[in-house]
Amino acid sequence: MLAVNIIAFLAIFSALMVVFHRNPMVSVVFLIVNLVCIALFFLFLQAQFLFAIQIIVYAGAIMVLFVFVVMLLNLRREEETRPNWKVQRALAFAGGVLLVGALWSALWRRGASAEAFPGGFLDEFGTAEEVGRLLFTDYLFQFEAASVLLVVAMIGAVVLARRKES
Amino acid sequence: MEPGTLAFVIESLVKVAFVVGLVMGGVTYMTWVERRVAGIIQDRLGPNRVGWAGLLQPIADGIKFLFKEDIIPPHVYKPFYILAPALIFIPSLLGSAVIPFGDSIHLFGRDVPLRVADLNVGILFIFAASAMGVYGIALAGWSSNNKFSLMGGLRSSAQLISYELAMGLSVVGVLMAAGSLRLNDIVMAQADFRWNAFFQPIGLLCFLVAAFAETNRAPFDLPECESELVAGYHTEYSSMKFAMFMMAEYANMITASALLVTLFFGGWQVPGLSLLGLPPLAVSLVQVGAFLFKTAFFLFLFVWVRWTLPRFRFDQLMDLGWKALFPLALLQVFITSWLILKGWL
Repeated sequence: MLAVNIIAFLAIFSALMVVFHRNPMVSVVFLIVNLVCIALFFLFLQAQFLFAIQIIVYAGAIMVLFVFVVMLLNLRREEETRPNWKVQRALAFAGGVLLVGALWSALWRRGASAEAFPGGFLDEFGTAEEVGRLLFTDYLFQFEAASVLLVVAMIGAVVLARRKES
Repeated sequence: MEPGTLAFVIESLVKVAFVVGLVMGGVTYMTWVERRVAGIIQDRLGPNRVGWAGLLQPIADGIKFLFKEDIIPPHVYKPFYILAPALIFIPSLLGSAVIPFGDSIHLFGRDVPLRVADLNVGILFIFAASAMGVYGIALAGWSSNNKFSLMGGLRSSAQLISYELAMGLSVVGVLMAAGSLRLNDIVMAQADFRWNAFFQPIGLLCFLVAAFAETNRAPFDLPECESELVAGYHTEYSSMKFAMFMMAEYANMITASALLVTLFFGGWQVPGLSLLGLPPLAVSLVQVGAFLFKTAFFLFLFVWVRWTLPRFRFDQLMDLGWKALFPLALLQVFITSWLILKGWL
């Protein structure tokens, strides 16, 4: 339990640092720390496959792109000249309140305790086989819809890259 | 604590010590092998003065690195500058934890499986560790606040994302053939000379090339390309911090070779060993020896290629990754699926 608490603390701390640190590269690194913490939560829930995928896809591939972009643009000079949009701040605050409310009501209904899962997890929970079976049976439509979305995004990226050349 | 738990803890500690010792010893002596083989390939001797045939050279180098002045340039971003060498070194050691270096050995009345951790997602764990290794290089390049370092860091992030895809895809065929992500199951599926290298030669080729790129070794060592970038991402590093970058490179090579052997060359399997009728302990030792021998061969290949092939240009590297390796790996996945569907694999 102690390990879970330490990692939960680290996850919240790193998430706050992402928002509050003025250096974009430091923010990116804390975001990586945050995603690794989330992967560790999967590990505590015996979902080894999700742990590995979370690290490879989110903490690995996607965050490398973030690092890449920050390095390429070298955002350091913009530290001081951060724009101060009032509307954006108000909207962000409203969004934050909504998110906290949604999470709170979800936890309230579900009961965030062990009683929510009286039998505990199955042994196969979170293995590659079980995740694959779910993706191709219960969640087939969502899975296919997400892949179509990704293809559309890829085509969009190709089209945008093409237009610049001419 | 129950006696069973205590035995397990001791067993695990011994295995961890063995694997870390093996990798670190390998790292130490790979520097010597690299320089000696480079010498032979270039028709000169290489370091042969310290100890017999230069065998104490790595020790002398290590002592020198420890006692060199550790210079931190004033213009670096200190937290990341200091963190980067550790960030690159730790993942390079992590990968070796899941590689099976033998079946199991019967010692002191218990069966000891010869791998530190038997994860059911072993192969993905290695990919995860190597994905984390990128940040060491990228942050070293960025925090050095130096154009050459930054270029090196940028190149390495681009290179690693590109080749990770080809590497992942080239492994898919192997996973399909074994029906498992567990590395020991993959080795088990290759018994009796049914090595994946024979059934999936295209996958092997893709994996091999991607492994060279992932370990930043020549001909793909563009992140540290000395003719353009001084020394790339570790330009500003000195003393033991620089040594950690070098050690991470060799540790990555060892993990990559061991993984190559595990996935495509039967791991610790020795074809026809059961026919000899050896006692179980000898069988286990021969298997461990075979695994180390195969790994050593591919380590030699890494060195051999480095001193034989010229370096790629960066656009060539990207073309090769995306336009050649990626489709080839995909082709291998199709061929393997077809073979499995026909029931020939």
